[in-house]
Amino acid sequence: MATTAQPQTGAKPAATLSNEEILRYSRHLIMPEVGMEGQLKLKNAKVLLIGTGGLGAPLGLYLAAAGVGRLGLVDFDVVDFTNLQRQVTFGTSDVGKPKSEATRVRLSNLNPAIQIESFETQLTSANALELFKDFDIIVDGTDNFPTRYLVNDACILLGKPNVYGSIFRFEGQVTVFGMPDGPCYRCLYPEPPPPGLVPSCAEGGVLGVLPGIVGSIQAMETIKLILGAGDSLVGRLLLFDALGMRFRELKLRKNPNCPVCGTNRTITKLIDYYEFCGVRGEEAPGPTVSVPEITPRELKSRLDRGDDLFILDVREPHEYQICNLHGHLIPLGELTRRVHELDSSREIVAHCRSGKRSAEAVDFLRKAGFRKILNLKGGILAWSDEVDPSVPKY
Amino acid sequence: MPVKVMIPTPLRPYAGKRASAEFQAKTVGEALGHLTSEFAELRKHLFTEEGKLRSFVNVYVNDEDIRYLAKENTPTKDGDTISIIPSIAGGRISRRLKDRRTRA
Repeated sequence: MATTAQPQTGAKPAATLSNEEILRYSRHLIMPEVGMEGQLKLKNAKVLLIGTGGLGAPLGLYLAAAGVGRLGLVDFDVVDFTNLQRQVTFGTSDVGKPKSEATRVRLSNLNPAIQIESFETQLTSANALELFKDFDIIVDGTDNFPTRYLVNDACILLGKPNVYGSIFRFEGQVTVFGMPDGPCYRCLYPEPPPPGLVPSCAEGGVLGVLPGIVGSIQAMETIKLILGAGDSLVGRLLLFDALGMRFRELKLRKNPNCPVCGTNRTITKLIDYYEFCGVRGEEAPGPTVSVPEITPRELKSRLDRGDDLFILDVREPHEYQICNLHGHLIPLGELTRRVHELDSSREIVAHCRSGKRSAEAVDFLRKAGFRKILNLKGGILAWSDEVDPSVPKY
Repeated sequence: MPVKVMIPTPLRPYAGKRASAEFQAKTVGEALGHLTSEFAELRKHLFTEEGKLRSFVNVYVNDEDIRYLAKENTPTKDGDTISIIPSIAGGRISRRLKDRRTRA
């Protein structure tokens, strides 16, 4: 029972279930591992979901269906068309609506007997402790490093479990941080990668079912914490490889020198996580890759004029199949060994989807001695916006 | 039987799209040395300019974190699996970060 998360604040805990609730939860009640006692624990539990996207979708659905008495939903984003491929709480008619509120409506329909609150706000160092304090368990279904470190630190400062899940393309990671004697996210990763060194999911993509599986495992771990049942993932990092369809696990240890949960703590309050993760640096001009650019309109008029421009597309072959500007394709990762395919005496315009990878390519080629090379500002997305709307955006 | 190095999805583009590679190696450092000689582009993702393993890249021998063993000097034996586990953030880019990127 040591891992049971007990309600900490609020009204007197519910002691009974209504007849309607008994019927609704009968498949739980007839299991000795849940039973009436367990179902009442679920009814009295308060779980806060950070993020109502791909991971938050199965989390919200299963926790609401299971009868978790109070669910908080934190998200400031709005539903867009590219979300529907995996964020299964949303329907096409939800596009444009705030995610937290659309999720609340969906979950209320699933289970009107529970209390659901949507917080349409960005989780920040200023509001995290206040938001977390009324909940027993925090579930991290976010998508970026600053928020992950913020969720971790706030959970440690408040002594709350953090059910962690993250995904990339075909791979997922799940564990439980923030339990007494268990490790935290900083024990695992003391520092985030610098921006740009690890490809983001927007660049890497994700198979729609993957967050469904990883979020469902997080939901299971959350319910186990509430029930105090089974062996939780505390101290174990579960790795899921969907392509190989393999689960593996690694041992996680509490780092005695961890700055937030170790014996000599140096982080005793929330910090600026965007600065910590180097995101502010990315905004500032100068330190990041700064290369000569050409706008889509300029490129269009120069092509119309018949200028001899060599278009270099540094995206991946499968992206070229979605749409292209008839450029010469050399994926960024192959550029170093295929640089001989380029003629440095010709004027080259490099492009990718959004302009980020091609900026790296231009930077590399300039260092390699290319002088007449420009980056297409905003990539093929901007070309679609400013020059040719028939080019699909992805 | 050699040591198997598992390459995580985010780093596969820098490793010839390979999911794993096998080397004869007596230590973790030796195996990673072979790996980064074969795939030179991996080096900057795994090591700092001073040649130290980056702090956001964790390396395991079987299921043990080498930080709690002998780090890069951790001995390996035939049949061991070395896993490189980078931090991954999630499922979508938040709007605020998207905006930041666009402005960047």
